[in-house]
Amino acid sequence: MLKVAVLFPELLGTYGDGGNGLVVAERARRRGYEVELDHVGLGDELPEASLYLLGGGEDGPQRLAVDLLRASSFTSRVSDGAHVVAVCAGLQILGRSFCIEGNDEYAGLGLVDVVTRRGTVRSVGELAVRVEERLLVGFENHGGRTSLGPDVAPFGQVAKGRGNDGALDGYRTRTIWATYAHGPVLAMNPWFADEVLSSVLEVELEPLATAADLLYESRCAALGY
Amino acid sequence: MSNGPGIRDYLAIFGVRLVNRLSRMTRRGSGTVAGGRVGLRLAPDLLATMSQGRTTVLVSGTNGKTTTTSMITVGWGGPVTFNATGANMPAGHVAALAESSERRTVLEVDEAWLPTVLAATGPRVVVLLNLSRDQLDRASEVRQMAERWRGALAQSSGTEVVVANANDPLVVYAAEEAAQVVWCDVPTTWLADAVSCPKCTTALSHDANSWHCRCGFAKPHVVTSTLGGELVVGGHLVELDLAMPGEFNRANAAMALTALDVVGVDLAEAVQRVNAVSSVAGRFSLRQWSGHRFRLLLAKNPAGFAAMLGTVPRDESDVWVAINARVADGRDPSWLFDVPFEELAGHRVFAMGDRRLDLATRLDYAGVDYVIVDDESTVPVSSDVTLLLANYTAFSDWLARSSPC
Repeated sequence: MLKVAVLFPELLGTYGDGGNGLVVAERARRRGYEVELDHVGLGDELPEASLYLLGGGEDGPQRLAVDLLRASSFTSRVSDGAHVVAVCAGLQILGRSFCIEGNDEYAGLGLVDVVTRRGTVRSVGELAVRVEERLLVGFENHGGRTSLGPDVAPFGQVAKGRGNDGALDGYRTRTIWATYAHGPVLAMNPWFADEVLSSVLEVELEPLATAADLLYESRCAALGY
Repeated sequence: MSNGPGIRDYLAIFGVRLVNRLSRMTRRGSGTVAGGRVGLRLAPDLLATMSQGRTTVLVSGTNGKTTTTSMITVGWGGPVTFNATGANMPAGHVAALAESSERRTVLEVDEAWLPTVLAATGPRVVVLLNLSRDQLDRASEVRQMAERWRGALAQSSGTEVVVANANDPLVVYAAEEAAQVVWCDVPTTWLADAVSCPKCTTALSHDANSWHCRCGFAKPHVVTSTLGGELVVGGHLVELDLAMPGEFNRANAAMALTALDVVGVDLAEAVQRVNAVSSVAGRFSLRQWSGHRFRLLLAKNPAGFAAMLGTVPRDESDVWVAINARVADGRDPSWLFDVPFEELAGHRVFAMGDRRLDLATRLDYAGVDYVIVDDESTVPVSSDVTLLLANYTAFSDWLARSSPC
């Protein structure tokens, strides 16, 4: 049984981020796996899961979300090997600190050596990121400027848009994928969804035909790739 | 507020009318926004000057603005000055005021412009319908919008009566510091953007017909209008029997009638006029195109879509959905994943519009049968009336290419 948990969609789900849970669950089900997809609400206990998903949110909800996660077993579950896909505010939450409500620094979960400061401008628009030989396509809308610690690998190199700082986007550890491509990034990039799924299930996956293949192709073409 | 209109204002008003007429003659547009822009360039305070002596009702919120504005306009009875669909920023307001000296004025206001328009027009009533996520790539995030409304209403002269939705915590947050508020207890289903308290961010508790936070922020106790099975405004039962479908339109009508009550319109007469409204700017209208007959529904954000999906019959009929992501729609269609498209299971959905592949992907993962339509002329003609749900520019496209049945 594959357990997937979307964390606090009411707080971190501003841009259809809940779609990522649905996409991973469906892609596993269609390949014959049994899946339990949980949407963890504000009063709920953190369930055990092999994959946690964190979305984007506004300042107040982001602060509440990090406080709730700090008080839960989340960090120990991640240290014990649970996988995480984090986008936008989720990316910031896993780091050492981020800025909210002006320039107030707020402590993150410290799972990754990453610091987010307030950028000078808000980045709103298409985001394309080279991840090894692949292209990740999506949309970003955030005001953060994220710096990676010396031992942290980026998720990829920005081809269009800003990501962390105009050059790099997100970060990647053995079990964590983080990107500024918000919303249903796993829906738009079926290869990314399968990379996550394959890592969580520890199996090689055969390709799965969905409408997302056409969408991915058309977005790459629209961006000139 | 400035003194009476000066020569510069008269010149500016003349300019607005001239450009409006020219742009209508040359068919460059409906002659609204262009004229207004010219007028505001000539006299930046024109909206304030032209609002003097009028009884103005402003209508704002994420969903239902156009419909509610129309209900108030029609419900008031007789000639009323009002702005054209989509022209809901100051240029559109100025254009509308330049075209009609009728003192009774109803203006639909873009959420982000409400503070400016409130200060300029000195309205008698401000109707605040709801606040939810919409076009996050160009508008502020929804909590920031509530904060800006709150600041504007707290700072205003206080002569206006705010007619506000008591079931939307973000609206209550925006309105609670206003000098005069009339609360409306109307059905509000989309609360995904107000799960955590707008004041202290802890989780709000929702129960059957109320909500509260442990910090004390709560649904107002004293409400003027209630809409359950029936509508009661200020203690008077109002016979609501709308020609337009949907619970959301009943909520719009309740707030429109409450606003009309504030300006002193006879409710029994007003409700007759509101009940008769069958279509507003093409919304809910029956259209025909190339042998097809369809009912055109506007749904441009998750809350609006959720409401419209509730009107789709539980059968196996075909449904058309058209999605664009142009500037007026918001360039980011991520919100499709916030729409409960799972409710369309059992229907065959024809995915249309510039972003039909984003829609098809969403429908695919929702387990809904879909057909990607690259060319609408290839869709087989049915003898039934098809429902067509479209977001903003897709709706405009379909309205322009079709004709009334």
